[in-house]
Amino acid sequence: MKCTVQAFGITREIAGSKEVVVELPEGSTVSDFKTVLFSQFPRLSTLTSLFIAVNQAYAEDSQVLKTEDEIALIPPVAGG
Amino acid sequence: MIKITPKPIDIQKVIDTASSLGAGAVNVFIGTVRNTAHGKKVLWLEYEAYEAMAVAEIRKIIDEASHRWPLLGWAVSHRIGTLKPGEVSVAIAVSSPHRRDSFEACQFIIDTLKEKAPIWKKEIFEGGEEWVSAQPNVAKVYN
Repeated sequence: MKCTVQAFGITREIAGSKEVVVELPEGSTVSDFKTVLFSQFPRLSTLTSLFIAVNQAYAEDSQVLKTEDEIALIPPVAGG
Repeated sequence: MIKITPKPIDIQKVIDTASSLGAGAVNVFIGTVRNTAHGKKVLWLEYEAYEAMAVAEIRKIIDEASHRWPLLGWAVSHRIGTLKPGEVSVAIAVSSPHRRDSFEACQFIIDTLKEKAPIWKKEIFEGGEEWVSAQPNVAKVYN
């Protein structure tokens, strides 16, 4: 399945775009997604942390992704 | 009220929204842009948010605060875009019957917002720039 992923902050700069497309086998988890993502964009692994949001909420590594999910990269936050 | 806005924050509106006739205290936190970072002069900050999720996360924080303290009203407004030193980046107000609860709730809300809300800032300082907290000991220095 093809996932369109939103990238924010430093992940947007590393990816060079606000949206990236990641190709994943059906039934992939958030953890599988991160493995593919890191191979596509090795510099993402230099971040202090990288959380994945699914449908506007922090996702666990074990969560299974679906084609229609809204996926986003959440590098270390720094609001306030 | 939870607001993520590119416009200057209306602090009075934040206070008015949080106020209540039953309250004996309105506690307000105002976050501002500091003019130094890493011993260098900050020129400006660029704030960015995943807006829909930021609102959802702040709502969870408010729900938790409302569960822990007897709040009568609350409001959170966070600015995005380009901000210069001295400008207000965030304003939070909470009201409660007694002051201690409003102090504690307000501190909990700003501390948790900084930890959870998907909001980012890039410092542009003299001679370089850096996404705050993004990478261990890395600041991109202009050549």
